Amino acid sequence: MMRTRVIPALLIQKGGLVKSVKFKDYKYVGDPINAVRIFNEKEVDEIVILDISATAEKRGPNIQKIREIASEAFMPLGYGGGITRLEEIRELITAGVEKVILNTSAFQNPGLVEEGAKYIGSQSIVVSVDVKKNFWGKYKVYVQNGGRNTGSDPGGYARQMENAGAGEILLNSIDRDGTFAGYDTELIKIVCDSVSIPVVAIGGAASVSDLAEAAQFGASGVSAGSIFVFQGPHRAVLISYPSQAELKKNGLIK
Amino acid sequence: MLTIVDYGVGNLASIKNMLKKVGSDALISSSENDILAAKKLILPGVGAFDTCAGKLQASGLVNALHRKVHEEKVPVLGVCVGHQLLFRDSEEGKLPGLGWIPGNVVRFNQGLLTPGLKVPHMGWTDVVVSKSSRLFDDMHEEPRFYFVHSYHARLDDPADALVQADYGYRFVAGVEHGNILGVQFHPEKSHKFGMKLLSNFVKHY
Repeated sequence: MMRTRVIPALLIQKGGLVKSVKFKDYKYVGDPINAVRIFNEKEVDEIVILDISATAEKRGPNIQKIREIASEAFMPLGYGGGITRLEEIRELITAGVEKVILNTSAFQNPGLVEEGAKYIGSQSIVVSVDVKKNFWGKYKVYVQNGGRNTGSDPGGYARQMENAGAGEILLNSIDRDGTFAGYDTELIKIVCDSVSIPVVAIGGAASVSDLAEAAQFGASGVSAGSIFVFQGPHRAVLISYPSQAELKKNGLIK
Repeated sequence: MLTIVDYGVGNLASIKNMLKKVGSDALISSSENDILAAKKLILPGVGAFDTCAGKLQASGLVNALHRKVHEEKVPVLGVCVGHQLLFRDSEEGKLPGLGWIPGNVVRFNQGLLTPGLKVPHMGWTDVVVSKSSRLFDDMHEEPRFYFVHSYHARLDDPADALVQADYGYRFVAGVEHGNILGVQFHPEKSHKFGMKLLSNFVKHY
């Protein structure tokens, strides 16, 4: 049986769990540790936690909090947000994180990707690539939580990060974030064709069949935020995760 | 005492966390005395084979481990690269492994993988238990585990195979050879399946 990884992504802002639309309009969703406990019970494949206020607040990861979360996570745990030094990568791994996710710092200092991969192995170094279409419809990579256009094209940038030592790409469509409009499959295909490492797609999923579609376009893992924390048109908070039967029905297990 | 061998690699907290969850208070230690006093051992490992083999050699714990495992026949469970270290050597590196189980470690044969399958093999995969073992006593149905690896064991004696999994082809995902056990996957990150496996190691060995 082949299983595509289905990965809830949780955003943390000022210690609370939030969810955005297009990297804006944050809505408070709850307590992160509680959410991880619930996802644990639902036996999710993997979990990703992104502290989206760390870089803006010019601070590193909250190791104590992450250690607490990790002690409740009996599945692989990825963490991103505010990581700028190898020492922080070490601390995160020791705290119980399997995958360290670099975004702004990977752009500013690709050497950190290399050092991280040398220290713990490529499989634990993920580079998050946030992408937005510009006025002329060209894909561009953004950093600083969508606040700064790097001018790079996503395929070339992802390849550069693979060469630096990244073991996985977390590919995030800013335009689709929180919109329930489905994944940007064109973007997924471009990046998957550009690298030989696994790509995890995120941004826009509204249903399990959307997750399956992203996998068909080459994603090794499919991630989402809103569909796992909201229910209904008014974004009522309800943590959910597809059952094994649903995953099988949609071809995510085959 | 169940002791997790700390030789400077890997995510030891995760293993300890899950053991705690199943009611076992494990010790994480790099001290030779603790290793010599252990009733049971877990040998972790993550990253490159030579990094792990080199750090294990440099830790000065190898003689104590040989004595525990060969003379005292203390149960030992290798996890991920800790499992790979149980063999003679690996295609990934130049340093020798512990050589406790006859066999070596080879890279996934890309030629045998169907197009689209990437190396490393990363994710959840169903396993097939190939011989009866207390490690899988009362295991939940359709057992699946979390894998992250580019290399896998190739055994001299197929009878040592305990678990197999499919990724392009069927490979050895776990071994049991007397008191020496190893799993390529990460039980500490595999929900109830890993909990059952670790709890069996605690209770039945």
